[in-house]
Amino acid sequence: MERIPILRMGEFLLVTIQVDMHDQLALTLQDDLADRISATSARGVLIDISALDMVDSFIGRMISTISGVARIMDAETVVVGMQPAVAITLVELGLTLPGVSTALDVERGMNLLRTRMGRA
Amino acid sequence: MNSVRSGSHPVRLEQDVVLARQAVRKLAQECGLRLVDQTKLVTAVSELARNTVVYGGGGEMDWEVLEDGPRKGIRLVFRDEGPGIADLKLALTDGWTSGGGLGLGLTGARRLVDEFDIASTPGVGTRVTIVRWN
Repeated sequence: MERIPILRMGEFLLVTIQVDMHDQLALTLQDDLADRISATSARGVLIDISALDMVDSFIGRMISTISGVARIMDAETVVVGMQPAVAITLVELGLTLPGVSTALDVERGMNLLRTRMGRA
Repeated sequence: MNSVRSGSHPVRLEQDVVLARQAVRKLAQECGLRLVDQTKLVTAVSELARNTVVYGGGGEMDWEVLEDGPRKGIRLVFRDEGPGIADLKLALTDGWTSGGGLGLGLTGARRLVDEFDIASTPGVGTRVTIVRWN
């Protein structure tokens, strides 16, 4: 089955979405991430969406769900790299991703996760 | 307003939603839409094509490149022969969903395009028409 790879780096999990996802692939990623958080006791999840040229309500919901599930499992999620056109479209669509942390790029996202870990 | 060229894509499976997005992205680029307008149109296509698959039981996306003087645009029609929508007004309310979604598909898509029209007859099917100009 087609899957989006999840990389482990210390206590963080990294996901880079580089394909135009169909819905089932997005749902699989959602489930896989929950499993990996549990299996690795990860404290943070970084999702890089810089290669996505579109985020619709389905993908937006997937991002919110991942973030919510991760939080319940004691892990923080940061979404990084959203293209400006995607951000503009998301807001107009009516999706503001409440409760989802974002950063402009991977480096800032990693810093954000580390800062949060430091506070904990 | 002239129709320059036109075609049709099947919208039956989840994968067809991805193919519809990619096909419309290409058309939008050819029509000279700005990146943000391409993104809005493609996102609207994703919402509507998903509706066609999930709620309409599959259908077709007809596309048409339009010319109106110096302006170029794209008209898309999503049509299915599914159960139809009994209460269109309700379906066009933000946050209302008959499925497990966020209820932003139809209303969100409407906000992302220049022209939006929906016709639905219970038991016959649904037809959503959108236009985006450059």
